[in-house]
Amino acid sequence: MSSTVFKGGIHPEYHKELTATMAISVMKPPQKVVIPLNQHIGAPCEPLDSIAVDSEVKKGQKIAESGSFVSAPIHASVSGKVTAIGPYNHPLGRPVEAITIESDGQDQWDEKIKPPGNPEKLTPEDIRKVVREAGIVGLGGATFPAHVKLSPPGDKKIDVVVINGAECEPYLTADHRVMLEKPEKIVFGLKMMMKALNAEKGIIGVEDNKPDAIKVMEQAAAEDDNITVAPLHTKYPQGAEKMLIQVTTGRIVPSGGLPLEVGVVNHNVGTAVAVTDAVREGRPLIERVLTATGSGMTRPSNLLVRVGTLVSEVIELCGGLKENTHKLVIGGPMMGIAQPNPDIPVIKGTSGILALTEEDIYLAESSPCIRCAKCVDSCPVYLMPTSIAQAAEHGLFKRAEKLHAMDCFECGCCAYVCPSKIPLTQLIRIAKAEITKANKR
Amino acid sequence: MGMDNKMIVSSSPHIRSIESIQSVMTDVLIALFPVALMAVLLFGYQALITMVISVATAMLVEALWLRKRDIYNDGSAAVTGLLFAMVLPPSPPWWLVVVGSATAIIIGKQVFGGIGYNIFNPALVGRAVVLVSWGGHMAGNIWSPPQPFAFGADVAAVTGATALADQGEAIQYNLSDFFIGTVPGCLGETSALALLIGGIWLYYRGHIDWRIPGGYIGTVFVMGAVFGGGFYDNHLMTGLFHVLAGGVMLGALYMATDMVTTPVTPTGRLIFGIGCGLITMLIRLWGVLPEGVTYAILLMNAVTPIIDNFTVPKQFGGVNKSA
Repeated sequence: MSSTVFKGGIHPEYHKELTATMAISVMKPPQKVVIPLNQHIGAPCEPLDSIAVDSEVKKGQKIAESGSFVSAPIHASVSGKVTAIGPYNHPLGRPVEAITIESDGQDQWDEKIKPPGNPEKLTPEDIRKVVREAGIVGLGGATFPAHVKLSPPGDKKIDVVVINGAECEPYLTADHRVMLEKPEKIVFGLKMMMKALNAEKGIIGVEDNKPDAIKVMEQAAAEDDNITVAPLHTKYPQGAEKMLIQVTTGRIVPSGGLPLEVGVVNHNVGTAVAVTDAVREGRPLIERVLTATGSGMTRPSNLLVRVGTLVSEVIELCGGLKENTHKLVIGGPMMGIAQPNPDIPVIKGTSGILALTEEDIYLAESSPCIRCAKCVDSCPVYLMPTSIAQAAEHGLFKRAEKLHAMDCFECGCCAYVCPSKIPLTQLIRIAKAEITKANKR
Repeated sequence: MGMDNKMIVSSSPHIRSIESIQSVMTDVLIALFPVALMAVLLFGYQALITMVISVATAMLVEALWLRKRDIYNDGSAAVTGLLFAMVLPPSPPWWLVVVGSATAIIIGKQVFGGIGYNIFNPALVGRAVVLVSWGGHMAGNIWSPPQPFAFGADVAAVTGATALADQGEAIQYNLSDFFIGTVPGCLGETSALALLIGGIWLYYRGHIDWRIPGGYIGTVFVMGAVFGGGFYDNHLMTGLFHVLAGGVMLGALYMATDMVTTPVTPTGRLIFGIGCGLITMLIRLWGVLPEGVTYAILLMNAVTPIIDNFTVPKQFGGVNKSA
């Protein structure tokens, strides 16, 4: 039996009302897209031999791939001409090789793209191949190649597929809107994943601050006895893999282990939609739904955006940033990455563009730790953030490792609750990097 | 369109709770308000003077030590000063209050490096020092019976022993007196009712959990019952008597829950509470002193780092116990 609430976590202000009721609007394809060759966890792609500056490409045409299994090919998101191949700013920080395409305004599909056949007749292997070829990665933000999760080692039996509709990050409403507007595609994508994994059960987990989405998903899944919708207690980080699996299945993913070790695979709702589009129509992943929001965004919106669209153009479409914007974040406010400027492309994992003003970000000097233990109590994986951070500050990385620093998935709860405003998550991140470095030696 | 702004680039999370050390300390002061009010209702103007001297001294000494103009600052000195007053008799000499409060701030806190770095509860360090230095003002037959609602009364006119020290004294009262607080004792310790109200506030605000007060009070209750006269009978030396008399409620809810000097792990907090209860009762039942709350908490403060080290929680999905 599943428990309904996980231990730890926080209740931040959600601010989802800014965009929750706004339907997804389709952003016009931009004049220029910049498509980074590294948009996923795993090996970066290389441009195909046929792709060089001045090559003509069609929408949906594969332009880069990698021979490595843990990788996902990359497709042109507009039709037009390649104008540059070289490093470009990337939301993860340092510049990454990218292919720039100037649009011809035709937005023509590659004629090779066609349905792979009757979905009912596809074998598990066919589905995996279709998903891989479509370049689908985890759209929740983790960007792990989806076909890898659909290919568990032979000795691992997967019996449950969990679809993540928790959307626990404050501000973001993209998944919420996808659930309201494309519920049938989510359920169909889930069924395809279950088929690929030969799993008996599907669970769609949705936080109970989205009752409309719960209702819509229940209706969409009503005819499938083996698919259930699980309303989840609203608490951050409910959508984290381990917490989600714990509350929906009652299973505990082992420390340092993967969900497949407890017979579970989980995917984001957006990923399920992408799987449906690939299986039904052969369409690769060239666009995604994201939320452009925050008190610094003039017109907050939910948008369907082509991969490679510059963030600056999305912001412009949303009326620009207000004068008092002090932080630009790609992703949610808890785990997203702050950007020095908006000259970066939207990538497959871009779930949100967040403009925060001074009031939102609460700038304060840190004070000494008063050992209030709020970080310990809020840690969803039961760590002692203050002790790990202290070890990191003193360069005692062995001690940080002994305190299970590597189990931290950087949800940010500890730093959020800290009354002394110590950058706990950042210090633990430093410890993790140092531990990884030391263990490689 | 605002893009010329210099964007702040820092590590996630990008939002923070509005809680600060100052807001936490202010919450503790609010929690102490019913206790302070009850002290004035029971012991009159002399209680008020004692509290004012103690709080003012603590704040001034800390501001001077840190060379800061803002004497409220993070609020922690005011908390220490008020807590120190709570563990004093109703009308001690003014100089004793000044010396004790200054000691609490300097020896109890600042010499260790200030807030967050002290090992022992500062207010109890202050109390321990004045207790061993001027025992005549702090123990013995110095305790005034409360005179409810007589603000101007001279409470020191009549004095006696506390109920914990003298059975004869104890039988003059019943358990409801101990609950309301109409018994002789330190300023802040007599009214379990007022202490509970403040404790509930601290719990509601998320600054204390059940483990330390629960472990402490539970242990005192059980030991008092087993080695005394039952759980809550009419005669006084019962489990409930030991919980309500003396400083257990004040200690369990406000002193043993001091964040800086107590364990951060959940199991550690429970062990800390039980340890405080155990030492308190060992002193009360078999020691030479009538009361043991101060020394119980100070002793447990000393072993807090060890407790934390041995109670590192098992991580999510973890199998091995280590560190």
